[in-house]
Amino acid sequence: MQSKRVTRRELLRNLSLAALAGVSFPLVSCTKEEKEDFLQKHFREMTADEKKRVITKWEQRYQRKYGKKFTISTQEALPNTLWGYGLDLSRCIGCRRCVYACAIENNNSRHNPQLHWIRVIRLKKGTLINLENSEHYYDPGQVPEPGFMYMPVQCQHCENPPCVKVCPVHATWKEPDGLVVVDYNWCIGCRYCIAACPYKGRVFNWAEPNIPPEEVNPEVHYLGNRPRMKCAVDKCTFCIQRIREGRYPACVEACPTGSRKFGNLLDPKSEIRYVIENKRVLRLKEDLNTEPKFYYFFEA
Amino acid sequence: MGRLNLVILLFLTLLGAGDPALAKETSQEFPVPPPPFTEGIYPCSNCHASMEVNLKRRELKEAHDDIVLHHGETMRWCLDCHNARNRDRLRLYNGELIGYEQSYRLCGECHGNVYNDWKAGIHGKRSGYFTEGKRTYLLCAHCHNPHDPKFKPLKPEPPPHRPTDKQHAK
Amino acid sequence: MRDTLRETWRFFRETVVLVLKGSRAYYAWCLFLIAIIFVGLFFYLEQHGLGLIATNMNDQVSWGLYIANFTYLVGMAAAAVLLVVPAYVYQFKPIKEIVILGELFAASSIIMAILFVMVDLGRLDRFWHMIPRIGSMNFPQSLLAWDVIVLNGYLLLNLLIPVYLLVKYYYQKPPNWKFILPFILIAIPWAVGIHTVTAFLYNGLAARPFWNASILAPRFLASALCSGPAIMIIIFQVIRKVSDIEIEDRALFKIAEIMAYAMFLNLFLLTAEMFKEYYSNTVHIASFKYLYEGLHGHDQLVPLIWIGTAMNVVAFLLFLVPVTRQRISTMNLGCILIIMGVWVEKGPGFVIPGFVPDPLGEIYEYVPNALEFMVAFGIWATGFLIFTLLLKVAIPIITGKFRYSKFGKETISSFH
Repeated sequence: MQSKRVTRRELLRNLSLAALAGVSFPLVSCTKEEKEDFLQKHFREMTADEKKRVITKWEQRYQRKYGKKFTISTQEALPNTLWGYGLDLSRCIGCRRCVYACAIENNNSRHNPQLHWIRVIRLKKGTLINLENSEHYYDPGQVPEPGFMYMPVQCQHCENPPCVKVCPVHATWKEPDGLVVVDYNWCIGCRYCIAACPYKGRVFNWAEPNIPPEEVNPEVHYLGNRPRMKCAVDKCTFCIQRIREGRYPACVEACPTGSRKFGNLLDPKSEIRYVIENKRVLRLKEDLNTEPKFYYFFEA
Repeated sequence: MGRLNLVILLFLTLLGAGDPALAKETSQEFPVPPPPFTEGIYPCSNCHASMEVNLKRRELKEAHDDIVLHHGETMRWCLDCHNARNRDRLRLYNGELIGYEQSYRLCGECHGNVYNDWKAGIHGKRSGYFTEGKRTYLLCAHCHNPHDPKFKPLKPEPPPHRPTDKQHAK
Repeated sequence: MRDTLRETWRFFRETVVLVLKGSRAYYAWCLFLIAIIFVGLFFYLEQHGLGLIATNMNDQVSWGLYIANFTYLVGMAAAAVLLVVPAYVYQFKPIKEIVILGELFAASSIIMAILFVMVDLGRLDRFWHMIPRIGSMNFPQSLLAWDVIVLNGYLLLNLLIPVYLLVKYYYQKPPNWKFILPFILIAIPWAVGIHTVTAFLYNGLAARPFWNASILAPRFLASALCSGPAIMIIIFQVIRKVSDIEIEDRALFKIAEIMAYAMFLNLFLLTAEMFKEYYSNTVHIASFKYLYEGLHGHDQLVPLIWIGTAMNVVAFLLFLVPVTRQRISTMNLGCILIIMGVWVEKGPGFVIPGFVPDPLGEIYEYVPNALEFMVAFGIWATGFLIFTLLLKVAIPIITGKFRYSKFGKETISSFH
């Protein structure tokens, strides 16, 4: 009996030491970088100084990783601005040049996982609203194919965004100029927002992104196209790094048929306002009351 | 009476000259890049100034035979748009002659809806800056071949990876 | 004060000794569970390193096996209330003695549910973002924030109540009912609350028509009130075999009877859903069709859901008919059928069709891969191990074998 008890005590001691070692290993193996990242504050709660330090930190990290000098903008929303997007469904030919221009401009992971912020779906002519009949993987020799129309879908930057409502940590929010943005360092990766989005606007970095270093775009915005990290959600930002400087988003510039329009909904002389007033516009899934700012239209 | 008519005519002409819309069209309000001429083709008068003008509607054999007209060809031919006596100019319907850098006015005569859209900035490819004053325009001819304007089909970029194609990151 | 601390330390030390001593069967069971836990942990670390790409989830089906199990386990935990109500509210004596065991089970179940959420999070290292004040919890707008609060609150309740009572029994002092009874009573609506909040999590998403149905919360509660007690009935029979605790058959039959009514409600709500979908026949029937018939040739879940539904119906009948309900063998059969049937219906049969077709009409047939299964088994094993260890202390206290003695040496008869 005595010897058995000693064995049990020894067992207890050995087990506790093993457990302690197991628990402390991740704590000890944490690098200084990882500790810094762990404590990084929410972007909206940072003071101007903290923002500067964080920007410098990330600029250095990106330079080390990709070998290019990065400029991370924190340009705030311009006053009296509400961004709107127009898409001419009578002219989209489904060539997907917008998809890949976006991926390059926005430093999206190219493979494992492949992140596309824009998804072009092909619909049979005669149907529109029932997206169940869509084809995502069409790959003909030439587009447009007769009898079909094409509809690119990306984040609609809703005025009542369901994704913002459901995020448990406020990692995503609506900016004053109407953009729905994500603080990639605050996201915990629960993917509730992906479940909540009716337009499949949001995608997830299932692994560390793979971006070929020579294609990296170093002109970035903190809330936009800076290279993300694994297990954070990202989505179209209407090219926040461009539009807040007055330039068109990359997808607008890439479209060879001029199907994409962009502008400030609060400016009566903007292109998007002209579209809304002179063309027949529709928004996807309007019955869900999300108030998207992405207007599809046809030749009036 | 005759003098009254002249005065009225003068008055209307002055009114017309003050009409802002008309002024806008005639005075290059749209900053466009130079027309996309083939190398060496312009000025046309280099050849045509010394050539005889042949107004007969025909298929061109000696020169410009690479151009196949596919743009209302049953109703028009070359010299309906290109001014016969001065090839450096295009010919509007009312007889006005314009330079190639204003060719949008010619296209706009038939394609009025598109012309209005183009002037507002919502027709065609946009690039650069969208803020007022910094907006740039392209000529119709920069995207549409005037002799065969319909876009040819393109080869699409590859479809996204299927979810079942996923390989593990290792 | 020093005395209290000394006593607490002694209690703790003695419980550790209690936990480490046992029969061969006990050691075998614990080692078996620990082995599964280690395998699960190994695979989880692989997932943690690579990212969630190591699972079969993707942008189309972004929640999978982990969240399916989470939903099921929250239901199980809520079922402890089924014992509390007759025991304390209706003073049904045969159940009163086993309420503590039920609450310990609820605590283990909630721990498993929380673990499933933790392994599903992409960035577990950022968990502190969810803590109110320190992080930035989106309360009250985000249902996940609500879920974090109510689940942790429920865990605390279901640890506080049994531990308080057990420690009082250990010291052979009567519990202060004025103190503990409010907690016990609040656990009843709280149990309803945790499952309602979990249902609302899904219910509130207008983007997913399969989940955006008002009957989700009642259906969750109905199926929870079946699955939890079923596993408890089985566990109680095991307990009464390996220990001296007496659990009357009458208690088990009463639980089974309540389960019959709950399953009836569940089946009725399912029929109501089916009517609405098939009769109105809008395009939103797509997810339902995918689950029960197959959609455009994709029919992976169809055999699974029909087997699950059949199990539920058979179990319902077994519990409804008094003869089969009150025969131990058929009652046990019914319990096993319900455990599996409700798992199918509330796990993969609920989470996956919500994502098929996705908002842009795409269909992706999700099957968990080996890594996900191993991690899931690891978490189930963790829950069972925790429950086993809790019982190893609780049962001797309840049966009076483990008692405080002023003379320094407790009477710990070997609990085989």
